[in-house]
Amino acid sequence: MMDILLDIISWIFLVSGSFFCLTGAVGLLRFPEFFSRIHAASLTDTLGASLILIGLMFQAGWQLALPKLILILIFSLLAGTTASHAMGKAALQSGLRPLDQDKDGKEPDEEEELTWKP
Amino acid sequence: METLIDFVLLSFLVFTALAVAKMHDLFAVVMLSGIYSLLSASLFFDLDAVDVAFTEASVGAGISTLLMLASLKLVGRYERRTRYRPMLALGVVLATGTLLIYGTLDMPHFGSAEAPVHQHVAPRYLHDSMDEVGVPNVVTSVLASYRGYDTLGETLVIFTAGIGVISLLRVSRRTKKEEKKRVPADMQQQIILRVVVKWLLPLILIFALYVQFHGDYGPGGGFQAGVIFAAGIILYTMLFGLSNASRAYKPELLELLSAFGVLLYAGVGLVCMVLGGNFLDYNVLRHDPVHGQHLGILLVELGVGITVASVMITIFFKFTWRTVKHKYIKSR
Repeated sequence: MMDILLDIISWIFLVSGSFFCLTGAVGLLRFPEFFSRIHAASLTDTLGASLILIGLMFQAGWQLALPKLILILIFSLLAGTTASHAMGKAALQSGLRPLDQDKDGKEPDEEEELTWKP
Repeated sequence: METLIDFVLLSFLVFTALAVAKMHDLFAVVMLSGIYSLLSASLFFDLDAVDVAFTEASVGAGISTLLMLASLKLVGRYERRTRYRPMLALGVVLATGTLLIYGTLDMPHFGSAEAPVHQHVAPRYLHDSMDEVGVPNVVTSVLASYRGYDTLGETLVIFTAGIGVISLLRVSRRTKKEEKKRVPADMQQQIILRVVVKWLLPLILIFALYVQFHGDYGPGGGFQAGVIFAAGIILYTMLFGLSNASRAYKPELLELLSAFGVLLYAGVGLVCMVLGGNFLDYNVLRHDPVHGQHLGILLVELGVGITVASVMITIFFKFTWRTVKHKYIKSR
Protein backbone atom coordinates (compact mmCIF):
# COMPACT_ATOMS: atom_id res chain seq x y z
CA MET A 1 0.00 0.00 0.00
CA MET A 2 2.76 2.38 1.06
CA ASP A 3 4.80 1.46 -1.99
CA ILE A 4 1.96 2.23 -4.36
CA LEU A 5 1.35 5.57 -2.64
CA LEU A 6 5.04 6.50 -2.91
CA ASP A 7 5.04 5.43 -6.54
CA ILE A 8 2.02 7.59 -7.30
CA ILE A 9 3.53 10.65 -5.58
CA SER A 10 6.85 10.12 -7.29
CA TRP A 11 5.22 9.75 -10.71
CA ILE A 12 3.19 12.92 -10.18
CA PHE A 13 6.45 14.79 -9.57
CA LEU A 14 8.25 13.10 -12.47
CA VAL A 15 5.49 13.77 -14.99
CA SER A 16 5.02 17.39 -13.93
CA GLY A 17 8.79 17.89 -14.06
CA SER A 18 8.89 16.49 -17.57
CA PHE A 19 5.98 18.75 -18.50
CA PHE A 20 7.94 21.82 -17.37
CA CYS A 21 11.03 20.64 -19.24
CA LEU A 22 8.92 20.28 -22.37
CA THR A 23 7.30 23.70 -22.01
CA GLY A 24 10.75 25.16 -21.40
CA ALA A 25 11.98 23.67 -24.66
CA VAL A 26 8.91 24.90 -26.56
CA GLY A 27 9.33 28.37 -25.07
CA LEU A 28 13.01 28.43 -25.98
CA LEU A 29 12.05 27.86 -29.60
CA ARG A 30 8.92 30.01 -29.77
CA PHE A 31 9.59 33.11 -27.66
CA PRO A 32 10.47 36.26 -29.59
CA GLU A 33 13.63 37.52 -27.93
CA PHE A 34 16.53 36.73 -25.66
CA PHE A 35 15.14 37.59 -22.23
CA SER A 36 11.90 35.66 -22.55
CA ARG A 37 13.89 32.75 -23.96
CA ILE A 38 16.15 32.83 -20.91
CA HIS A 39 13.01 32.65 -18.81
CA ALA A 40 11.92 29.51 -20.65
CA ALA A 41 15.35 27.92 -20.48
CA SER A 42 15.76 28.58 -16.77
CA LEU A 43 12.33 27.05 -16.20
CA THR A 44 13.82 23.78 -17.44
CA ASP A 45 16.78 24.25 -15.11
CA THR A 46 14.89 25.03 -11.97
CA LEU A 47 11.32 23.78 -11.91
CA GLY A 48 11.73 20.92 -14.38
CA ALA A 49 14.94 19.51 -12.95
CA SER A 50 13.85 20.05 -9.32
CA LEU A 51 10.54 18.28 -9.77
CA ILE A 52 12.22 15.36 -11.50
CA LEU A 53 14.83 15.16 -8.74
CA ILE A 54 12.13 15.21 -6.06
CA GLY A 55 10.31 12.45 -7.92
CA LEU A 56 13.53 10.44 -7.98
CA MET A 57 13.94 11.02 -4.24
CA PHE A 58 10.61 9.29 -3.65
CA GLN A 59 11.81 6.43 -5.83
CA ALA A 60 15.11 6.18 -3.94
CA GLY A 61 13.65 5.90 -0.44
CA TRP A 62 15.92 5.95 2.59
CA GLN A 63 19.05 5.05 0.67
CA LEU A 64 22.47 6.62 0.11
CA ALA A 65 21.04 8.00 -3.11
CA LEU A 66 18.70 10.31 -1.18
CA PRO A 67 21.29 12.69 0.30
CA LYS A 68 23.13 12.68 -3.02
CA LEU A 69 19.94 13.69 -4.82
CA ILE A 70 19.33 16.44 -2.24
CA LEU A 71 22.86 17.76 -2.81
CA ILE A 72 22.35 17.69 -6.58
CA LEU A 73 19.07 19.57 -6.12
CA ILE A 74 20.70 22.28 -4.01
CA PHE A 75 23.59 22.59 -6.44
CA SER A 76 21.41 22.77 -9.52
CA LEU A 77 19.14 25.36 -7.91
CA LEU A 78 22.14 27.53 -6.98
CA ALA A 79 24.09 27.10 -10.20
CA GLY A 80 21.20 27.15 -12.66
CA THR A 81 19.60 30.32 -11.40
CA THR A 82 22.96 32.07 -11.10
CA ALA A 83 23.88 31.10 -14.64
CA SER A 84 20.59 32.48 -15.99
CA HIS A 85 21.10 35.68 -14.02
CA ALA A 86 24.66 36.05 -15.34
CA MET A 87 23.49 35.51 -18.91
CA GLY A 88 20.73 38.07 -18.60
CA LYS A 89 23.05 40.60 -17.03
CA ALA A 90 25.73 40.02 -19.63
CA ALA A 91 23.15 40.57 -22.37
CA LEU A 92 21.98 43.82 -20.74
CA GLN A 93 25.56 45.03 -20.36
CA SER A 94 26.39 44.35 -23.97
CA GLY A 95 23.42 46.45 -25.08
CA LEU A 96 20.63 43.98 -25.72
CA ARG A 97 17.26 45.34 -24.50
CA PRO A 98 13.96 43.62 -23.86
CA LEU A 99 11.38 44.08 -26.61
CA ASP A 100 9.34 46.70 -24.76
CA GLN A 101 12.32 48.94 -23.95
CA ASP A 102 14.47 51.15 -26.13
CA LYS A 103 18.23 51.60 -25.77
CA ASP A 104 18.06 53.80 -22.67
CA GLY A 105 15.90 51.29 -20.85
CA LYS A 106 12.70 53.37 -21.21
CA GLU A 107 9.45 52.05 -22.53
CA PRO A 108 8.61 53.32 -26.02
CA ASP A 109 5.52 55.43 -26.81
CA GLU A 110 2.19 53.79 -27.28
CA GLU A 111 1.93 54.66 -30.97
CA GLU A 112 5.27 53.13 -31.86
CA GLU A 113 4.97 49.69 -33.36
CA LEU A 114 6.93 46.93 -31.72
CA THR A 115 9.16 45.08 -34.10
CA TRP A 116 8.72 41.39 -33.60
CA LYS A 117 11.27 39.09 -35.10
CA PRO A 118 10.37 35.58 -34.15
CA MET B 1 14.51 1.03 -25.04
CA GLU B 2 18.26 1.46 -24.58
CA THR B 3 18.80 1.01 -28.30
CA LEU B 4 16.28 3.78 -28.93
CA ILE B 5 18.11 6.12 -26.54
CA ASP B 6 21.44 5.25 -28.19
CA PHE B 7 19.93 5.92 -31.59
CA VAL B 8 18.53 9.31 -30.58
CA LEU B 9 21.81 10.35 -28.90
CA LEU B 10 23.87 9.24 -31.90
CA SER B 11 21.68 11.19 -34.32
CA PHE B 12 22.01 14.25 -32.04
CA LEU B 13 25.78 13.76 -32.24
CA VAL B 14 25.68 13.71 -36.03
CA PHE B 15 23.55 16.87 -36.18
CA THR B 16 25.84 18.66 -33.73
CA ALA B 17 28.90 17.69 -35.76
CA LEU B 18 27.25 18.95 -38.96
CA ALA B 19 26.35 22.22 -37.27
CA VAL B 20 29.95 22.62 -36.05
CA ALA B 21 31.23 22.10 -39.58
CA LYS B 22 28.72 24.58 -41.00
CA MET B 23 29.12 27.49 -38.54
CA HIS B 24 31.48 30.43 -38.88
CA ASP B 25 30.81 31.91 -35.44
CA LEU B 26 33.52 30.27 -33.36
CA PHE B 27 31.79 31.07 -30.07
CA ALA B 28 28.82 28.98 -31.15
CA VAL B 29 31.19 26.28 -32.37
CA VAL B 30 32.82 26.08 -28.93
CA MET B 31 29.42 25.84 -27.26
CA LEU B 32 28.33 23.16 -29.73
CA SER B 33 31.48 21.15 -29.11
CA GLY B 34 30.64 21.31 -25.40
CA ILE B 35 27.19 19.96 -26.22
CA TYR B 36 28.84 17.30 -28.38
CA SER B 37 30.93 16.16 -25.43
CA LEU B 38 27.92 16.16 -23.13
CA LEU B 39 25.98 14.04 -25.63
CA SER B 40 28.81 11.54 -25.92
CA ALA B 41 29.03 11.47 -22.13
CA SER B 42 25.33 10.54 -22.00
CA LEU B 43 26.00 7.90 -24.64
CA PHE B 44 28.84 6.41 -22.59
CA PHE B 45 26.61 6.49 -19.54
CA ASP B 46 23.94 4.63 -21.44
CA LEU B 47 26.56 2.03 -22.39
CA ASP B 48 27.33 1.60 -18.64
CA ALA B 49 30.79 3.14 -19.00
CA VAL B 50 30.30 5.49 -16.06
CA ASP B 51 33.97 6.36 -15.59
CA VAL B 52 34.42 7.27 -19.24
CA ALA B 53 31.21 9.30 -19.15
CA PHE B 54 32.45 11.16 -16.09
CA THR B 55 35.77 11.92 -17.78
CA GLU B 56 34.10 13.04 -20.97
CA ALA B 57 31.69 15.29 -19.09
CA SER B 58 34.38 16.91 -16.94
CA VAL B 59 37.18 17.10 -19.51
CA GLY B 60 35.30 17.44 -22.78
CA ALA B 61 32.29 19.50 -21.77
CA GLY B 62 33.92 21.25 -18.82
CA ILE B 63 37.54 22.23 -18.98
CA SER B 64 38.18 22.07 -22.72
CA THR B 65 35.21 24.39 -23.35
CA LEU B 66 36.70 26.81 -20.83
CA LEU B 67 40.16 26.63 -22.42
CA MET B 68 38.66 27.05 -25.90
CA LEU B 69 36.81 30.15 -24.71
CA ALA B 70 40.05 31.51 -23.27
CA SER B 71 41.82 30.97 -26.57
CA LEU B 72 38.86 32.42 -28.47
CA LYS B 73 39.44 35.63 -26.56
CA LEU B 74 42.90 35.69 -28.17
CA VAL B 75 42.09 34.73 -31.74
CA GLY B 76 38.82 36.54 -32.29
CA ARG B 77 35.29 35.33 -32.61
CA TYR B 78 34.71 34.78 -36.32
CA GLU B 79 36.28 32.33 -38.68
CA ARG B 80 38.06 33.84 -41.65
CA ARG B 81 36.17 33.22 -44.86
CA THR B 82 38.03 31.00 -47.27
CA ARG B 83 37.96 32.25 -50.85
CA TYR B 84 38.62 28.86 -52.42
CA ARG B 85 36.67 25.65 -52.17
CA PRO B 86 38.81 22.92 -50.65
CA MET B 87 37.53 20.16 -52.93
CA LEU B 88 40.68 18.06 -52.57
CA ALA B 89 40.32 18.00 -48.79
CA LEU B 90 36.67 16.98 -49.15
CA GLY B 91 37.73 14.16 -51.46
CA VAL B 92 40.35 12.92 -49.02
CA VAL B 93 37.89 13.07 -46.12
CA LEU B 94 35.22 11.22 -48.11
CA ALA B 95 37.67 8.52 -49.19
CA THR B 96 38.97 8.04 -45.65
CA GLY B 97 35.43 7.98 -44.25
CA THR B 98 34.34 5.38 -46.78
CA LEU B 99 37.35 3.23 -45.96
CA LEU B 100 36.66 3.51 -42.23
CA ILE B 101 33.01 2.58 -42.67
CA TYR B 102 34.10 -0.32 -44.87
CA GLY B 103 36.45 -1.33 -42.07
CA THR B 104 33.66 -1.40 -39.53
CA LEU B 105 31.85 -4.04 -41.61
CA ASP B 106 34.39 -6.61 -40.45
CA MET B 107 34.02 -5.66 -36.80
CA PRO B 108 32.02 -7.85 -34.44
CA HIS B 109 28.41 -6.85 -33.86
CA PHE B 110 27.54 -4.30 -31.20
CA GLY B 111 27.47 -6.03 -27.81
CA SER B 112 28.57 -9.36 -29.26
CA ALA B 113 30.10 -11.66 -26.65
CA GLU B 114 32.50 -13.11 -29.22
CA ALA B 115 34.26 -9.80 -29.77
CA PRO B 116 38.04 -10.02 -29.19
CA VAL B 117 37.83 -7.40 -26.44
CA HIS B 118 35.70 -9.71 -24.37
CA GLN B 119 37.93 -12.72 -25.06
CA HIS B 120 41.45 -11.55 -24.41
CA VAL B 121 42.30 -9.96 -21.04
CA ALA B 122 38.90 -8.60 -20.02
CA PRO B 123 37.72 -11.83 -18.33
CA ARG B 124 40.79 -11.84 -16.11
CA TYR B 125 40.27 -8.18 -15.18
CA LEU B 126 36.64 -8.83 -14.32
CA HIS B 127 37.10 -12.12 -12.44
CA ASP B 128 40.41 -11.73 -10.65
CA SER B 129 40.59 -7.99 -10.06
CA MET B 130 38.98 -8.27 -6.64
CA ASP B 131 41.51 -10.89 -5.46
CA GLU B 132 44.56 -9.42 -7.17
CA VAL B 133 43.99 -5.70 -6.67
CA GLY B 134 41.12 -5.56 -4.19
CA VAL B 135 39.58 -2.36 -5.51
CA PRO B 136 35.79 -2.49 -5.97
CA ASN B 137 35.86 -0.27 -9.07
CA VAL B 138 37.36 -2.48 -11.76
CA VAL B 139 37.98 0.49 -14.04
CA THR B 140 40.31 2.04 -11.49
CA SER B 141 42.22 -1.20 -11.03
CA VAL B 142 42.61 -1.59 -14.80
CA LEU B 143 43.59 2.05 -15.25
CA ALA B 144 46.03 2.40 -12.39
CA SER B 145 47.33 -1.10 -11.87
CA TYR B 146 46.97 -3.49 -14.82
CA ARG B 147 47.47 -0.72 -17.34
CA GLY B 148 49.71 1.50 -15.24
CA TYR B 149 52.10 2.13 -18.12
CA ASP B 150 49.36 3.56 -20.34
CA THR B 151 48.16 5.91 -17.63
CA LEU B 152 51.73 7.04 -17.00
CA GLY B 153 51.91 7.83 -20.71
CA GLU B 154 48.66 9.81 -20.57
CA THR B 155 49.90 11.80 -17.60
CA LEU B 156 53.12 12.52 -19.48
CA VAL B 157 51.09 13.74 -22.47
CA ILE B 158 49.27 16.25 -20.27
CA PHE B 159 52.55 17.29 -18.65
CA THR B 160 54.10 17.80 -22.09
CA ALA B 161 51.17 19.95 -23.19
CA GLY B 162 51.67 22.04 -20.08
CA ILE B 163 55.40 22.45 -20.81
CA GLY B 164 54.59 23.49 -24.37
CA VAL B 165 52.20 26.21 -23.28
CA ILE B 166 54.56 27.40 -20.53
CA SER B 167 57.51 27.72 -22.90
CA LEU B 168 55.48 29.36 -25.68
CA LEU B 169 53.58 31.95 -23.67
CA ARG B 170 55.80 33.94 -21.36
CA VAL B 171 54.51 36.75 -19.16
CA SER B 172 56.59 39.88 -18.76
CA ARG B 173 57.08 41.49 -15.38
CA ARG B 174 55.68 44.74 -16.68
CA THR B 175 52.33 43.17 -17.52
CA LYS B 176 52.23 41.53 -14.13
CA LYS B 177 52.88 44.84 -12.42
CA GLU B 178 50.22 46.67 -14.38
CA GLU B 179 47.62 44.00 -13.70
CA LYS B 180 48.35 43.86 -9.97
CA LYS B 181 45.25 43.42 -7.77
CA ARG B 182 42.95 44.46 -10.61
CA VAL B 183 39.54 42.81 -10.87
CA PRO B 184 37.97 42.63 -14.36
CA ALA B 185 35.62 45.59 -14.74
CA ASP B 186 32.63 43.60 -16.03
CA MET B 187 32.94 41.22 -13.12
CA GLN B 188 33.02 43.86 -10.40
CA GLN B 189 29.30 44.47 -10.87
CA GLN B 190 28.40 40.80 -10.77
CA ILE B 191 27.61 40.75 -7.07
CA ILE B 192 25.30 37.75 -7.20
CA LEU B 193 27.80 35.76 -9.20
CA ARG B 194 30.59 36.61 -6.79
CA VAL B 195 28.59 35.68 -3.71
CA VAL B 196 27.39 32.40 -5.19
CA VAL B 197 30.89 31.50 -6.31
CA LYS B 198 32.22 32.23 -2.83
CA TRP B 199 29.63 29.77 -1.54
CA LEU B 200 30.17 27.13 -4.16
CA LEU B 201 33.95 27.21 -4.55
CA PRO B 202 34.77 25.27 -1.34
CA LEU B 203 32.11 22.73 -2.25
CA ILE B 204 33.56 22.29 -5.74
CA LEU B 205 37.04 21.76 -4.32
CA ILE B 206 35.76 19.29 -1.73
CA PHE B 207 33.90 17.45 -4.47
CA ALA B 208 37.14 17.27 -6.44
CA LEU B 209 38.89 15.70 -3.45
CA TYR B 210 35.97 13.28 -3.02
CA VAL B 211 36.26 12.23 -6.66
CA GLN B 212 40.01 11.85 -6.22
CA PHE B 213 39.96 9.61 -3.18
CA HIS B 214 36.69 7.84 -3.87
CA GLY B 215 37.92 6.65 -7.26
CA ASP B 216 38.67 3.21 -5.81
CA TYR B 217 35.03 2.67 -4.90
CA GLY B 218 33.01 4.58 -7.45
CA PRO B 219 33.46 6.36 -10.74
CA GLY B 220 36.21 8.93 -10.53
CA GLY B 221 39.94 9.19 -10.19
CA GLY B 222 42.86 11.47 -10.78
CA PHE B 223 41.89 12.83 -14.19
CA GLN B 224 38.37 13.87 -13.30
CA ALA B 225 39.37 15.18 -9.88
CA GLY B 226 42.20 17.27 -11.29
CA VAL B 227 39.94 18.75 -13.92
CA ILE B 228 37.18 19.59 -11.44
CA PHE B 229 39.71 21.19 -9.11
CA ALA B 230 41.12 23.25 -11.96
CA ALA B 231 37.60 24.27 -13.04
CA GLY B 232 36.94 25.61 -9.54
CA ILE B 233 40.13 27.69 -9.58
CA ILE B 234 39.37 28.96 -13.09
CA LEU B 235 35.92 30.04 -11.94
CA TYR B 236 37.58 32.00 -9.14
CA THR B 237 40.07 33.52 -11.57
CA MET B 238 37.36 34.70 -13.94
CA LEU B 239 35.49 36.50 -11.20
CA PHE B 240 38.21 37.89 -8.96
CA GLY B 241 40.93 38.71 -11.42
CA LEU B 242 44.03 36.99 -12.59
CA SER B 243 46.55 38.61 -10.31
CA ASN B 244 44.47 37.85 -7.23
CA ALA B 245 44.26 34.20 -8.25
CA SER B 246 47.98 34.04 -9.03
CA ARG B 247 48.73 35.30 -5.55
CA ALA B 248 46.90 32.30 -4.08
CA TYR B 249 48.10 29.81 -6.70
CA LYS B 250 51.62 30.87 -7.50
CA PRO B 251 52.57 30.03 -11.11
CA GLU B 252 56.02 28.84 -10.06
CA LEU B 253 54.45 26.48 -7.53
CA LEU B 254 51.99 25.20 -10.16
CA GLU B 255 54.83 24.51 -12.58
CA LEU B 256 56.67 22.59 -9.87
CA LEU B 257 53.52 20.67 -8.94
CA SER B 258 52.81 19.63 -12.53
CA ALA B 259 56.25 18.04 -12.64
CA PHE B 260 55.84 16.62 -9.15
CA GLY B 261 52.73 14.63 -10.12
CA VAL B 262 54.52 12.82 -12.92
CA LEU B 263 57.52 12.33 -10.66
CA LEU B 264 55.30 10.81 -7.98
CA TYR B 265 53.81 8.41 -10.51
CA ALA B 266 57.13 7.32 -11.98
CA GLY B 267 58.72 7.35 -8.51
CA VAL B 268 56.22 4.79 -7.24
CA GLY B 269 57.24 2.63 -10.18
CA LEU B 270 60.92 3.03 -9.34
CA VAL B 271 60.32 2.26 -5.66
CA CYS B 272 58.61 -0.95 -6.77
CA MET B 273 61.71 -1.83 -8.78
CA VAL B 274 64.00 -1.09 -5.84
CA LEU B 275 61.87 -3.31 -3.61
CA GLY B 276 62.33 -6.18 -6.02
CA GLY B 277 59.26 -6.09 -8.23
CA ASN B 278 58.66 -4.95 -11.77
CA PHE B 279 58.14 -1.31 -12.71
CA LEU B 280 54.71 -0.25 -11.36
CA ASP B 281 54.17 -3.65 -9.75
CA TYR B 282 52.60 -2.45 -6.51
CA ASN B 283 52.47 -5.89 -4.88
CA VAL B 284 55.86 -5.38 -3.26
CA LEU B 285 55.05 -2.05 -1.64
CA ARG B 286 53.61 -3.70 1.45
CA HIS B 287 53.81 -7.18 2.97
CA ASP B 288 50.30 -7.95 1.80
CA PRO B 289 50.05 -7.67 -2.02
CA VAL B 290 46.49 -6.29 -1.89
CA HIS B 291 47.50 -3.59 0.59
CA GLY B 292 50.42 -2.78 -1.63
CA GLN B 293 48.08 -2.41 -4.58
CA HIS B 294 45.85 -0.07 -2.54
CA LEU B 295 48.78 2.14 -1.58
CA GLY B 296 50.19 2.13 -5.09
CA ILE B 297 46.88 3.06 -6.73
CA LEU B 298 46.28 5.82 -4.18
CA LEU B 299 49.70 7.40 -4.80
CA VAL B 300 49.53 7.02 -8.56
CA GLU B 301 46.06 8.55 -8.77
CA LEU B 302 47.24 11.39 -6.55
CA GLY B 303 50.11 12.01 -8.95
CA VAL B 304 47.72 12.08 -11.90
CA GLY B 305 45.37 14.46 -10.07
CA ILE B 306 48.15 16.88 -9.10
CA THR B 307 49.58 17.00 -12.61
CA VAL B 308 46.23 17.40 -14.35
CA ALA B 309 45.00 20.12 -12.01
CA SER B 310 48.18 22.18 -12.08
CA VAL B 311 48.66 21.85 -15.85
CA MET B 312 45.06 22.92 -16.54
CA ILE B 313 45.31 25.92 -14.21
CA THR B 314 48.68 26.87 -15.72
CA ILE B 315 47.35 26.72 -19.28
CA PHE B 316 44.37 28.90 -18.37
CA PHE B 317 46.60 31.39 -16.52
CA LYS B 318 48.97 31.62 -19.48
CA PHE B 319 46.17 32.18 -21.99
CA THR B 320 44.60 34.84 -19.80
CA TRP B 321 47.91 36.64 -19.19
CA ARG B 322 48.21 36.83 -22.96
CA THR B 323 44.79 38.51 -23.20
CA VAL B 324 45.73 40.93 -20.43
CA LYS B 325 49.00 41.76 -22.19
CA HIS B 326 47.17 42.62 -25.42
CA LYS B 327 44.93 44.95 -23.49
CA TYR B 328 47.85 46.89 -22.01
CA ILE B 329 49.70 47.02 -25.33
CA LYS B 330 46.63 48.65 -26.87
CA SER B 331 46.34 51.22 -24.10
CA ARG B 332 50.04 52.14 -24.11
